[in-house]
Amino acid sequence: MSATETRVGQRASLPLAAPRLPSWAPGLVAAVAVGAAGLLALLAGWGIPAFAVVTAILFVAGLPLWSASVEGRRGAVDRLMTALVWTAFGVAVVPLVWLIWTVLDNGLPEINMQFLTFDMRNVVSDDQGGIYHAIIGTLLVTAAAAIISVPVGLFCAIYLVEYGKGTRLARWITFLVDVMTGIPSIVAGLFALALFVLIFGPQIRLGFGGSVALSLLMIPIVVRSTEEMLRLVPDDLREASYALGVPKWRTIMKVVLPTSLGGIITGVMLAIARVIGETAPLLVIAGKTDSVNFNLFGERMTTLPVYIYYSFTQPGTVPFDAPPGTEAPGIARAWGAALVLIIIVMALNLIARAVGRIFAVKKG
Amino acid sequence: MTTTTEAEPQATPTTQRGDRIFAGLARGAGLFILAALAAVFIFLAVEGLPGINKPASNYAPLDSFLPYVGRLLYGTIFAALIALAIAVPFALGIALFISHYAPKALAVPVAYVIDLLAAVPSVVFGLWGARTLSKALVPAQQWMDEHLGFIPFFAGPASVTGKTVLTAGVVLAIMILPIITAITREIFAQTPRLHEEAALALGATRWEMIRYAVFPYAKSGMVSAVMLGLGRALGETMAVAMVLSASPVVTLNMISNTNPATIASNIASSFAEATPAKLSVLIATGLVLFAFTFAVNFAARAVVARSERRLTR
Repeated sequence: MSATETRVGQRASLPLAAPRLPSWAPGLVAAVAVGAAGLLALLAGWGIPAFAVVTAILFVAGLPLWSASVEGRRGAVDRLMTALVWTAFGVAVVPLVWLIWTVLDNGLPEINMQFLTFDMRNVVSDDQGGIYHAIIGTLLVTAAAAIISVPVGLFCAIYLVEYGKGTRLARWITFLVDVMTGIPSIVAGLFALALFVLIFGPQIRLGFGGSVALSLLMIPIVVRSTEEMLRLVPDDLREASYALGVPKWRTIMKVVLPTSLGGIITGVMLAIARVIGETAPLLVIAGKTDSVNFNLFGERMTTLPVYIYYSFTQPGTVPFDAPPGTEAPGIARAWGAALVLIIIVMALNLIARAVGRIFAVKKG
Repeated sequence: MTTTTEAEPQATPTTQRGDRIFAGLARGAGLFILAALAAVFIFLAVEGLPGINKPASNYAPLDSFLPYVGRLLYGTIFAALIALAIAVPFALGIALFISHYAPKALAVPVAYVIDLLAAVPSVVFGLWGARTLSKALVPAQQWMDEHLGFIPFFAGPASVTGKTVLTAGVVLAIMILPIITAITREIFAQTPRLHEEAALALGATRWEMIRYAVFPYAKSGMVSAVMLGLGRALGETMAVAMVLSASPVVTLNMISNTNPATIASNIASSFAEATPAKLSVLIATGLVLFAFTFAVNFAARAVVARSERRLTR
């Protein structure tokens, strides 16, 4: 009797949970890390990057050490990994913010009406030049690529979901489409070049070749996204339509496609956003010109990414009366064009996501 | 037009013809894609194969095709491996952050921001890498030269412009980060909830739960995500072409002035002045790049397909 009583008493005095650091411990360690690194930075005269690195190291090392003395080894490892994961997140945001900031900072002063409506014909040194020809080229080449890719991609996805389900051909197409998403863009450009050189001779450069190359990159993206959207359409809808005696192809046209239209449009726009910034294939096959060219099937055609590349590699001459240290005028134009390109791509992305949200397939 | 005929059961042939045409179009589109993929191989081979045996001047500074493409291939793989070494830990960390660590209010915007990173055109990354990042990395590279110079990778002397293969690798790493993150985070999120809760109920900490429940489940997905990232890094052109002023050399040194060129960047930078003979040499190197990335992607997708089949079974 008394023995059991004492045992119960002992058990009650045993802690039921392992000791834990208080919930404010990470915050305290972070504050100490910032303080210590800040003091070091002030004393040694470091810049902000070194300060940030030392803060992160102090935090990632400090919290597990404290935890090891209280919570034991397993708790410390857990703390360490949590700290590392949060650091990875913090570090990953840096390049995006930095890049957007740099492009805005360097590009905004360049942008004005003339920059958007002038071309580069006879522009010498730091004369006002513009990107009108490049914008026209980008829009035409991308539009033609979309006109090729969207029907092919759509029909291929319809085949995979509606007709070929489970067949060996469909499995191979799915697999190779996945592999195709990884084709290097410059290889697509070389393919278009090889194709047109074989037909028209070695000096051929034309905008439509760029469209062919881009559609090679775009088709797999369209197929993948459309396929996913078609799979989301509930089978009840199809069966209801068949039960009414509607043939399969009209079911697809009138029931399946309208139901998944929003998602398909989103996928197509994301695919366009993806290829509109492609440089390498257009560099190879569409070439570069300083003038406006509306003809996809003749002559060279500049696009925005190629314009950026050439403004960067051949920035022109600094005017003789400029103060020393002035950048060549092409660099500033490259930043301006980069800003315009980013705005176009981001706008396409945002609109695509908004469309996807508004027209999402309603389930149930 | 067809609505009147559809009502009659006898009128089925018209609808069957419509069906046949539609099915034919759909199947044709599928076959068209296979044909296009085959055409890439065929046309690159037709235009590129003559480039294997051209006068030696086309392979400057070397004198025949194999050493030329070999050195370029070395540079391609070297830069891609640097990018992977930097990107993979971060990508896995961010994927875990989104799927298991972040509060919901933070996870969604972070995933969105990473997707935006994927949307930035490569030429803008190249411009940023060449003009901004390379300058910012100069002190870091000089520090590496001083303190880590005994490692062959940092033998130096450090470049004063910062336009080194290390900088190119960092830019490539930022570019392949989104694709690796996107795939791994999907797979992490698919881990069966019961596995996770069973681990936690046995007293595992969060990290032990991830290590013993999430990682084994996601292993093949992680492997294939890394290989897809590798495929992307191998084929990336502009970022490398704009950051590096490269020559076909074989070196382990990541921070000096002489940097190995990659196949893609070599095509982009020597394309403009190419003679027809040089052009077919460049196309031949492109064919090598295509075959190599195709093999990497093929293997990655095969790993995914196999694991998917295992999971559905």
